[in-house]
Amino acid sequence: MDFSYSDEQKLIKEQVEKFVQNDYSFETRNKILEMDEGFDRSVWQQFAELGWLGVPFSEEDGGFGGGAIETSLVMEAFGNGMVLEPYLSTIVLSGNALAFAGSSEQKAELLAGIIGGELLMSVAYAEAKSGYNLANVGTSATKAGDAYTVSGEKVVVLGGASADKLIVSARTSGGNSDEDGISLFVVDAKAAGVEVRGYKTMDGGRAANISFNDAPAELLGEEGKGFAVLDRVIDYGIVAASAQALGEMNSSFQKTLAYMKTREQFGKAIGSFQVIQHRMVDMFTHVESSRSMLIMSSMKVASSDAVERKKAVSGAKVYIGDAARAVAQDAVQLHGGIGMTEELDIGHYFRRLTLFCGIFGSKGYHLRRFADQG
Amino acid sequence: MNIDYSPEELEFQQEVRAWFKENLPEDLKQKNMRGEMLTREEIISWQKLLGSAGYLVVSWPPEHGGPDWNATQRYIFDAERAAAGAPVGFSMGIIMLGPVLMAFGSPEQKEKYLPKIESAEDWWCQGYSEPGAGSDLASLKTQAVLDGDDYVINGTKIWTTYGHYANRCFCLVRTDNECKPQAGISFILIDDMSAPGIEIQPIVSIDGEHHLNQVFFDNVRVPKENLVGQEGQGWTIAKYLLTHERTTIAGVADSKLNLANIKRIAAENEVDGKALIDDEQTRLDIAQAEINLMQLEFTNFRTLADTAAGRAPGPESSLLKIKGTDTQQELSELKVKMAGYYAFPWHTEGFVGPEDFAYATQTYNFLRASTIYGGSTEVQKNVVAKMLLGLR
Repeated sequence: MDFSYSDEQKLIKEQVEKFVQNDYSFETRNKILEMDEGFDRSVWQQFAELGWLGVPFSEEDGGFGGGAIETSLVMEAFGNGMVLEPYLSTIVLSGNALAFAGSSEQKAELLAGIIGGELLMSVAYAEAKSGYNLANVGTSATKAGDAYTVSGEKVVVLGGASADKLIVSARTSGGNSDEDGISLFVVDAKAAGVEVRGYKTMDGGRAANISFNDAPAELLGEEGKGFAVLDRVIDYGIVAASAQALGEMNSSFQKTLAYMKTREQFGKAIGSFQVIQHRMVDMFTHVESSRSMLIMSSMKVASSDAVERKKAVSGAKVYIGDAARAVAQDAVQLHGGIGMTEELDIGHYFRRLTLFCGIFGSKGYHLRRFADQG
Repeated sequence: MNIDYSPEELEFQQEVRAWFKENLPEDLKQKNMRGEMLTREEIISWQKLLGSAGYLVVSWPPEHGGPDWNATQRYIFDAERAAAGAPVGFSMGIIMLGPVLMAFGSPEQKEKYLPKIESAEDWWCQGYSEPGAGSDLASLKTQAVLDGDDYVINGTKIWTTYGHYANRCFCLVRTDNECKPQAGISFILIDDMSAPGIEIQPIVSIDGEHHLNQVFFDNVRVPKENLVGQEGQGWTIAKYLLTHERTTIAGVADSKLNLANIKRIAAENEVDGKALIDDEQTRLDIAQAEINLMQLEFTNFRTLADTAAGRAPGPESSLLKIKGTDTQQELSELKVKMAGYYAFPWHTEGFVGPEDFAYATQTYNFLRASTIYGGSTEVQKNVVAKMLLGLR
C-alpha cells in the first residue's frame, strides 16, 4: 500500500499548481470570465504546448500515459484557481469517449486534434426529460445506407457552444430507458440541422442546448452498445470533477482559515472563539475526508469490475458532494457580509461547488446507484 | 500509488486468519457478535490464549515480548481479529500502561509489571477522570502526599471502566498544589485494588450493565517507588499517550463486520410484506453508512501508509477518533431503527424477538459513550483546532 506520488506525477502536479498560482490570479480569471466564450483560447494553446491536454491518454494514443490519478492532479490544481478552460468537457469526457470507443481513424483525427489543442469537443447526453439517467435517451438515430443522421434535443451541454464536434448519445433501437440500443455518434457542430443555443451557467462557465434535425452523424464504437461507454466516461468525469471540487474546497478552507486569524470582532481575532474553531475543524475534516474518497475513486475507476467501479465513483460523489456543499456554505457564513459579495473569490468558489453538487447526478441519484450495486 | 497489500502482507493475513479460525471459541464469537457483554473469566481466558500465541501485546517492541510487526501488520491483525468475530478484549495495560513504562518507567518497574501484562495475569484499570475533572483533566484533585517511604492517596476517581475486574490501577494524582495545575500532576501505580482504604462503587450505565465504577481512596498507602518518572511529570506522560501511534483507533475493522451483519439482517428479516432491504429508506440508510465507512477506511489507510513511511501521526488520530466513533454510533442507530418494535424488549428478558435485534438497543445506548471517552469529540476538536489549524 502506497499513496505517494511518482516523480512524474509530482512534476505534473507542481507544474499545474505553479501555473495556477502565478498566471491565473482571481483578477485574471475575472477578465477571462468576461471574454465571449467564457475562457481564453490562448491559455488553451499554452496547455497544449505544455502537454497537459494529453495527460489522461496512453502514449500510443499520443498522450502522456497517465490515467485518472494524473488527471485528478491536474484538475485539483485547476480547482485551486477555478480555471475556466474546457478541460472537463473536451479532454476528460470527449477524450475518454474517443479513447474507449474510437476507431484508429477517429483517434488519429479527433483525439490527436484535441490533444494538440486544435479541436474542442463536448459530450451531449442530457435531455429535457432525462434527469440524470444516461439511459433515458429520446434522441434518435436513423441509418440510411452507410450513413446515420440524428434528431432530437440535448440540454446543458457543458462547453457546447464552443465545441467544434459533439459526441451525442442517440437511440438506434429499444425503448426510452433501455440501456441496450443506445449508440454514440460524432456530429459536426457546424453541420446542417445542428442548432446551438449557448448560455452562461451559475459559475460563469458556458453551456448550450443543442437541437439536431436529421444532422449527419458518424458512429463512435459499436451500434447499440453506447451506454456502457457513456456510463464509464461519465464515471471518469465524476472523478475529475471531484478533483476540481477538492481544489476549490481546499482553497475555500485555506482562505477562510486565514481570514479567521485576521478578522477581529469584540477586540480579538474571531478564530479565537470556540464556536468558530469547531466549525473550522469540521471544514478541515470535510476536505481531508474528501481527499481520501478522491484517491480511492481515482484508483478504482479503472477497475474492470463494474460493480467495484460504480460503488467507488458513486460513493465518492455522494460523500464529496455533501462535503462540498458544507464547505461552500460555511465559507460564506464564516466570512460574514463580505462573503456575500461578487468581488470576493469566496462567493465564486461557492457557485462552483454548488454546481459540482448537481453535476453528473445528485446525491440521491448516486446513493441509489451505490445501493443498486448490493 | 497502489492500494494492495504486498505478497508478504497477504501471507501474514492468511496466517492470522487461520489462527483465529482455529482458536476462537464458537460461543465467545456468538456472544460477541450479538453485542452481549462478556464475563471477566471469558475475557481473561481469551486474552491468555492470545498471549500463548504471541498475539496479545502486538504493539510492543520485541525486547518486551512483542512480535516486531510494522503498522500495516498490526492493522491487518486487527482487521482479521474483527472479521473473525473476536472481541477486542481489555487492553488498558497493553495500549496505555505498557508504552508509558517503556518510555518513562524504571528498570525495576519494567521488570515487575510488563511480563504480567504480557501474560494477561494483571488487569489494569485507568484512574484519570474525577467528578470535577472530566474534559478539564488538569483540574484533578486526588492527592498523593509523601509520608516516609510511602505516598498517601486521598480522593476519588470516576468512570473507572472495569475497576471491579481489575487488580491494579494506574492513576494521575496531584503531588503539588502550588504550581500551574498541569505541573503538579504525577503518574502513580496502585498495586492492589483490594488494599485497605480503597472502595469501589458500581455505576450502572444506560445500557443496563455494570462496566463503570467510582473508586474512593481513603489514606491509601503506596510505596514511593511506584511513582512513574518524576513528580510533576504526570501530564507529560498522559500527553505522550495521546500522540502514540493508534492505527486502529477508528475501529474500521469492527464497523465493517457490523455493516456486513446489518446487510445480512436486512436481507433476512421481513417487515410489512417485504425484506427490510427493500424498504427504500433502510436501503439508502445502509448505503450512506457504507459510504461513510469507505471514507473512514481510506483515511485510515492514508495514516497507515504515512506511519509505514516513517511519518509520525500526530493530531490526525483525533480526526480518526471523531469520524470512527460517529460511524460506530451511526451503525448502532441503524440497527435500532431496523429493529422497529423489537428494539423495545430489554435484553435482560431473553430473546423476545429475532436474536439479531436482542442487543441492538443495549449497544446503541452503550456507544453513546464512544464520543465521550478517550477525549470527547469536542475536546478532540479543540486539539485539532490548536495543533493543526493554529487557531488559539
